[in-house]
Amino acid sequence: MNALTPRAAEQFDDLDQQKHAASLGMWTFLATEIMFFGAIFLAYTVYRISYPLDFAKAAAQLNITIGTLNTAILLLSSFFIALGVSFIQRDKAKLASLALLLTWALGFVFLLLKAYEYYDDINKHLVPTAGQPVARMFYLIYYTATGVHALHLTIGLLVVAAMIYRLYRQQFSASYYTPIELTGLYWHFVDIVWIFLYPMLYLVGRES
Amino acid sequence: MTGTTTLRQLLTLVLLMALLVITFILAHVDLGLLNTSVGLAIAAIKALLVGLFFMNLWWSDGLHRVFAIAGAFMLAILFSLALADFLSRSWLAMPGSFP
Repeated sequence: MNALTPRAAEQFDDLDQQKHAASLGMWTFLATEIMFFGAIFLAYTVYRISYPLDFAKAAAQLNITIGTLNTAILLLSSFFIALGVSFIQRDKAKLASLALLLTWALGFVFLLLKAYEYYDDINKHLVPTAGQPVARMFYLIYYTATGVHALHLTIGLLVVAAMIYRLYRQQFSASYYTPIELTGLYWHFVDIVWIFLYPMLYLVGRES
Repeated sequence: MTGTTTLRQLLTLVLLMALLVITFILAHVDLGLLNTSVGLAIAAIKALLVGLFFMNLWWSDGLHRVFAIAGAFMLAILFSLALADFLSRSWLAMPGSFP
């Protein structure tokens, strides 16, 4: 045991118990996050059931190329952060840093593409302030859902950057990597939200 | 063990990307009312793959799984109760009217 090996906090019997409590805490937080995004999904569902045709027409205007590319980018980023966690579990800190750097870069590219997509949407007048009333409601939900998702991703980028810094400072090893594991859980959750947003926003009204 | 972990994660990624291609193609085929269901079902499979193999729920103990399912379960309750209200609102001509 060296100076870098952490000791369990006072209220825990050992590191295993502390780690168990930490990841249960993260899952509890993610459950509240499901309810947070769930309210937006519910609003979408109610309006879509009430105005299916106008909703499909509004959704079909979105940029499906960027939407699909961004889905692939997030899936790939999730893969890399999962790799990062399993690397540090095997004490491969250098490889874990590399995996987290790739995760960060992919997350950043996602945000750049999303920003360009917003610019493109506004140029095409796909905004909640003008046009047909149901289309306005659709774009209001679109900007709210993707905006809140982008905010979550931005927070994810900050946390992943902090993990890369802490790996660089050699604060993690196979015996202690809980923060990286919890960061991974959060990142995967943000990915899952997008996995559902993709068919709800981009794949509607494309069949004709 | 180390090799199999990476291989398993790679396989999960390949499955996720394949599902993305499938859902993209099926969205452009006219399946009538099924389009929405197919899109959401594929999304649910993708979320399950991420949960089981990237978030490691496959190897987690029961308590972690219960915590993970709790969020989805509460969401199902929210949807059932809210939609029971919204979908039945138009049944009666006037709210609160009885024959």
